[in-house]
Amino acid sequence: MTTAAVLSDEGQLAAPARTEAGPWRRAWRRLRRRKSAVFGLAVVAIFVVLAVFAPWLAPFDPIETSWSAIRQAPSATHWFGTDDIGRDVLSRVVWGTRASLLAGVVSVSISLAFGVPIGLAAGFVGGFVDALISRLTDAFLACPFLILAIALAAFLGPNLTNAMIAIGISATPIFVRLTRAQVINVKVEDFIEAARALGNSPLRIALRHVLPNVLPPLIVQATLAIAAAVIAEASLSFLGLGQQPPAPSWGSMLNTAKNYVDNAPWMAIWPGLAIFVLVLAFNLLGDGLRDALDPRQG
Amino acid sequence: MLEYLVKRIASILPTLVFVSMLIFGLQQLLPGDPAVILAGEERDPNVVAYLHQKLRLDDPLPVRYAYWVGGVVRGDLGESVRTQQPVLELIVQKLPVTIELALLAMTVALVIGVPAGLISAVGRGTAWDYGANAFALWGLSTPNFWLGILMILLFSVHLGWLPASGYVSPFESLGANLAAMAMPAFVLGNAIAAVLMRHTRSAMLQVLQADYVRTARAKGLRERSVVLKHALRNALTPIITLGALEFGTLLSGAVLTEQVFTIPGFGKLIVDSVFNRDYAVVQGVVLVTATAYITLNLLADLAYFAVNPRLRR
Repeated sequence: MTTAAVLSDEGQLAAPARTEAGPWRRAWRRLRRRKSAVFGLAVVAIFVVLAVFAPWLAPFDPIETSWSAIRQAPSATHWFGTDDIGRDVLSRVVWGTRASLLAGVVSVSISLAFGVPIGLAAGFVGGFVDALISRLTDAFLACPFLILAIALAAFLGPNLTNAMIAIGISATPIFVRLTRAQVINVKVEDFIEAARALGNSPLRIALRHVLPNVLPPLIVQATLAIAAAVIAEASLSFLGLGQQPPAPSWGSMLNTAKNYVDNAPWMAIWPGLAIFVLVLAFNLLGDGLRDALDPRQG
Repeated sequence: MLEYLVKRIASILPTLVFVSMLIFGLQQLLPGDPAVILAGEERDPNVVAYLHQKLRLDDPLPVRYAYWVGGVVRGDLGESVRTQQPVLELIVQKLPVTIELALLAMTVALVIGVPAGLISAVGRGTAWDYGANAFALWGLSTPNFWLGILMILLFSVHLGWLPASGYVSPFESLGANLAAMAMPAFVLGNAIAAVLMRHTRSAMLQVLQADYVRTARAKGLRERSVVLKHALRNALTPIITLGALEFGTLLSGAVLTEQVFTIPGFGKLIVDSVFNRDYAVVQGVVLVTATAYITLNLLADLAYFAVNPRLRR
């Protein structure tokens, strides 16, 4: 849903519609000019391809053990070597992309699904609702992100789904706060006053006029939050609270690898490098999007 | 000023109340009878009955919350089902180790982050700026448990310079303590250095454009004096305030760092408690962390207030 589509059905509001149609295209042009952001986008795309086509791209079965190929160094057969029970590290890294990307996208979707409506309500309604939501948000933000996620994952039970829920809930307050702050800025603009004067209902104004105008910073934050969620999922899996063995996940691979640092360092190098590259790509993309979408920050 | 102080201190009360509700609420996420789950794997009927009575599981939720909060206020965070020790005692035992790790990590972060941000801002657009930005991006994108493993590989396995794990009390041997803490402190400080670098850079860029900096330059002061005495001093205030907010990152990171280097601190306590299903300890750790975070933020605000004369009017 573009801003242009949202606003064009209001004849009277055609003016803001026309000026709003441009920014998205201009932002895309600005983004394309930033080499680091394009690099980030390309790397993310490669990882998406790896995740989707993992069954065809991985050379071996990621959970098949081979007692004759335990902790073998990288070779022509096993490019990234094998692990402590003879599984192919490359295949596990390729399959592990699924858990990481899924965790990143699903947990940030959870944060957005809760954070944006709650922040919108706080900023738009104001008064007691705002005060209540703000204090609650403060309480969530007072608990360090990973510690809250660990506690939630512990009480919900350790598995990938619960890890994603825990990360999503822990990251929600950031989106509540961001949406609220943006809404407070936007709701005093003239075009909102105009929409109100035309007799639009508050709900309609919030959804069709305020929301589209607070999207850019939310998109930036969501991209950076995916990077944080990928690290958080790897962290929870590293601690044994995420993806459970034998299913492949970069974090749990590192958990096993730390016991074999002295005689099989390749077990630790590749999954860690995969996390680093994916997170770096989302961070580069997020930084690029910030410059492209939010001229004030640039 | 007094009015501000009172208002600011009063403002943390509702937050603390909500934090306590949130942490109490965690228990409600347990599927089934909490007493059975809290009793551990043995599920001794006596323990279950005892917990049922102790946690007042037959009372309505608000009553249970009131009793729980009453205990917390008196310093009673429950007891560990594993060791039967009071939770507060367990936390107090582990806390000094994590505080030492956090202080060392913060030192590493300040020593790397602030100069990097300064160099980057002063040399905006130069190779130094790109280098410092690349460092920040690296710091933000590297999972610290992976960095820890890589450092063990290099400094313990290959070079044999530092111990791979373990903890020695500084009262036992300061040298051995620092040797054991060097890698964990660097690993934990690295990510925060990246954040501090970005804060320092943007604060310095802003300050360097200020009128008083131009005046200082116009007076003919040396650039070094302009940057360090006039600009950096003013930029430090927001850096310190924003730095205090990194306390949460520090504690989150400590959980993983302590796990990699087998350091018996606060982070290891929460992870071990999770696996021992020692939920009272998990709740206690989250509660103490959140309270410490709120208090530190309050102190940072008050410090900001104290050093900024404009706010005191």
